[in-house]
Amino acid sequence: MSPWRVAARRFARNRPAVRGAAVVALMALAALAAPLVTADPLAQPDPVRLQDRPPSSTHLLGTDPFSRDVLSRTLHGARVSLVVGVGAALLAVTLGAGVGLVAGLAGRRTDQVLMRGVDVAMALPRILLLLAVLAVWENAPAAAVVVLIAATGWFQTSRIVRAAVLGLREADFVVAARALGAAAPGIVRRHLLPHVAAPVIVSASLDVGNIILLEAGLSYLGLGVRPPTPTWGNMIMDGKDVLLTAPWVALAPGLALVVTVVAFNLAADGLRDALDPRMAV
Amino acid sequence: MSGTAARAPLLELRDLAVRFTGPDGVARAVDGVDLTVAEGETVGLVGESGCGKSVTALAVLRLVDPPGHIAHGSSVRLEGRDLLALGPKEIRAVRGNHVALVFQDPLSALNPVLRVGAQIAEVIRAHEAVRRSTARWRAVEMLAAVGIPDAERRAAAYPHQLSGGMRQRVLLAMALACRPKLLLADEPTTALDVTIQAEILELLDALQRKLGMAVLLITHNLGIVAERTRRVYVMYAGQVVEQAPTERLFAQPAHPYTEGLLAAIPRLEERRARLRAIPGQVPPATAWPSGCRFHPRCPHAWEKCRADEPPLLDAGAGHKARCWLIEEPDKRKK
Amino acid sequence: MLGFVARRLGFAVVSVAAVVLITFLLVHAEPGAPMLGSPERTRASPETVARQRALFGLDRPLPEQLLRYAANLARGELGESFVLHRPVADVLAEAVPNTLLLGGTALVVSLLLGLVIGAAQAARHHSRTDTALGVLTLVLYSVPVFWLGLVLLLVFGERLHWLPVSGMTSAAIHDTLSPLGRALDVARHLVLPAASLALVQAAAFARFQRSALVDSLGAAHIRSARAKGLPERVVLWRHALRGALAPTITLAGLSVPYFLAGSVLVESIFGWPGLGRVTYDAIFARDYNVITAAALVAGVLVAIGNLLADVAVAIADPRVRLDR
Repeated sequence: MSPWRVAARRFARNRPAVRGAAVVALMALAALAAPLVTADPLAQPDPVRLQDRPPSSTHLLGTDPFSRDVLSRTLHGARVSLVVGVGAALLAVTLGAGVGLVAGLAGRRTDQVLMRGVDVAMALPRILLLLAVLAVWENAPAAAVVVLIAATGWFQTSRIVRAAVLGLREADFVVAARALGAAAPGIVRRHLLPHVAAPVIVSASLDVGNIILLEAGLSYLGLGVRPPTPTWGNMIMDGKDVLLTAPWVALAPGLALVVTVVAFNLAADGLRDALDPRMAV
Repeated sequence: MSGTAARAPLLELRDLAVRFTGPDGVARAVDGVDLTVAEGETVGLVGESGCGKSVTALAVLRLVDPPGHIAHGSSVRLEGRDLLALGPKEIRAVRGNHVALVFQDPLSALNPVLRVGAQIAEVIRAHEAVRRSTARWRAVEMLAAVGIPDAERRAAAYPHQLSGGMRQRVLLAMALACRPKLLLADEPTTALDVTIQAEILELLDALQRKLGMAVLLITHNLGIVAERTRRVYVMYAGQVVEQAPTERLFAQPAHPYTEGLLAAIPRLEERRARLRAIPGQVPPATAWPSGCRFHPRCPHAWEKCRADEPPLLDAGAGHKARCWLIEEPDKRKK
Repeated sequence: MLGFVARRLGFAVVSVAAVVLITFLLVHAEPGAPMLGSPERTRASPETVARQRALFGLDRPLPEQLLRYAANLARGELGESFVLHRPVADVLAEAVPNTLLLGGTALVVSLLLGLVIGAAQAARHHSRTDTALGVLTLVLYSVPVFWLGLVLLLVFGERLHWLPVSGMTSAAIHDTLSPLGRALDVARHLVLPAASLALVQAAAFARFQRSALVDSLGAAHIRSARAKGLPERVVLWRHALRGALAPTITLAGLSVPYFLAGSVLVESIFGWPGLGRVTYDAIFARDYNVITAAALVAGVLVAIGNLLADVAVAIADPRVRLDR
């Protein structure tokens, strides 16, 4: 049985991880289906009479200060969070793996230069850079947020990948492959990548939760994807002013955040335990 | 050899069974082992990886971690005392004190962030009420006793600063600091170069004679067993499959597995194109074969072997083997 | 050992310089002018913007601006805040200690809490306690810190009225209190914001510490230690914990950026007058000098955190010291 099948079986036996993955899938489905099943999140049907109404049969999660349906906005908010979370994690991991591969495979000088650069980059406070750019960028689309978050978060992955590549370079099977005349790209693809894939996958999946929280924090501050487009963060921003009179406005997106991030973390833990049982505790 | 049978043995294992519960079922890593070690005796416990010999040693000191547990009905006696019935404090008083266990890889067996002298002193202070300074100079003495030059300075070193051979000596010093009556040595030389191996074994011999200590030498290296032990137990699939005085085992092995092990050792005088390996593989501990556990790999197996598990049968002169061939030697194929 | 520290120190200086440089470039690359906000929002004509920029010397070539800034910095001169009309140094001198108080308290509390929970879990590996604590830490770890702050504010501040909801002091009566009274007043205001920050990070530390300790407890030398007959207490504290301490200390040092980010969020919720608030306001108002100076302070704090983490690890793990 291939190691991937073995890992898949191990994952399947981990009940919390499976539940987490199920919730993630459900959330994704809800996000996809949102425009089809719920009202327009931007519509303000009746600013006077429908403002801040508590949950009812017509508005399952109530309405917000602008008489918008909270349930609809929450589901639409999932789209941003999921896209940014998964997108930025994937992009960051790709960037990091790329740099790590190059550093690990290249000569000492390149490696040193690259890694010093990474060290310095890691010292930069991420929040500051994101704040500085996003504060100025008024209408930053979600894609921009993805790129920015990824660009400030790939460093750890590059170190992991570089370490794995360095370790494998001198490994017997790689030396053997080279002795048999295999070319570098082939070696990278068939021997190195599978070994590096596991820690990279784990790193990426563990990142998603944090990125979702980061994006929420940024939109809570009024940055990134701005109102009226709903994100969980900016919904909480809207809700904090009416926290006492209409708590559901901030509660719904907050709970959605917690549930989603818990689900991602459970699934990520399960992935880690499945791919490297030595790390499983 | 038979003189020691009159006195009660130092260590007596009877029907020792250790089980591990895992996702794939229950692994019966040790399945009914009887073993004795007399005072001052050197006994070998031989087998391939996965036969349960290391777990046996751990079980003696009750160091088997969950999900493993020592099965009910097992008996472990030290000088007649039932070790399995002892409370936690009492068993701790035995560990490192009356019975010491030395592990395979000295680098990982030593704590990397503590100095070696401190690690030896720790054992002494755990069992004897001595002052710190006393424990410290006794540790230095032990280091000298195991042949480490410049012991006083070396005591302040960290494990990674020492060579492999020296680390093994440190492990020995740690184990013998409280002058145990029995040393369980699990692969004491496997991680070392051949020349260092010889030195360590010589050292072990000398210390054993000096302390009157018994040694259970656990290894897969038949060469060491041949040189250094009085009696040998051969383990396979969680059971003892043969036991005999060493010379007799090597001269006239009774169990096909032992024969296979001995035949597999390449000899200089022979000219062979291929090594004589035992066909097949060790089965998983969750599914030992029916009947005689060796039957799938045995060249002489017949129906009885598949159906009935043989007990240890007497082959005379302290020699026992778990094989039906003892009763029916004519079934042996040529 | 000394060489090790010197090398790390040199590196810290380089990273701080990089932080300042990058912030400077970012800030000056933005359109607009101080106090005018973004070009889209203000109705200022291009001439007004140009004039404003010239007023503050922003029309000069970038390298010249950079050199001037560096020269001023060397003199300890941080410039003046365009918006607040005060020396930046004064603004920071007021704000930074407040953030240090908040962040520092949160860091210490979260580290201790995390260590204790992680150790409790590892010692009772796979027991009910372990699972229960594991669930707790997982949920806390997944909560957005600003939402937690809002919830705490709602429950403890508004509904129960146990703790104050805003500011660092009870402005009305603070000056009339004795020194001890004043300290207590600040402490009362500190509880909720620090708790918001600390709870989430404590969960992170606990998760990490649990896994590090379980690893450590499974290591071969732990078995050796037990085989020597040492009491379990000694095995845990002297052998297992020592090994697991180093990575957790590193994590603590590396968590400084997290606390800085969190402080931006938490300070705005609780009205805590610290660096986070100042930075946030400055960014929106294009108060360049304040932004750059704040970046400098943030960079220094992060560098100090990393440095302390490295040094602490070298003390805890001798293998690191003797390596390069």
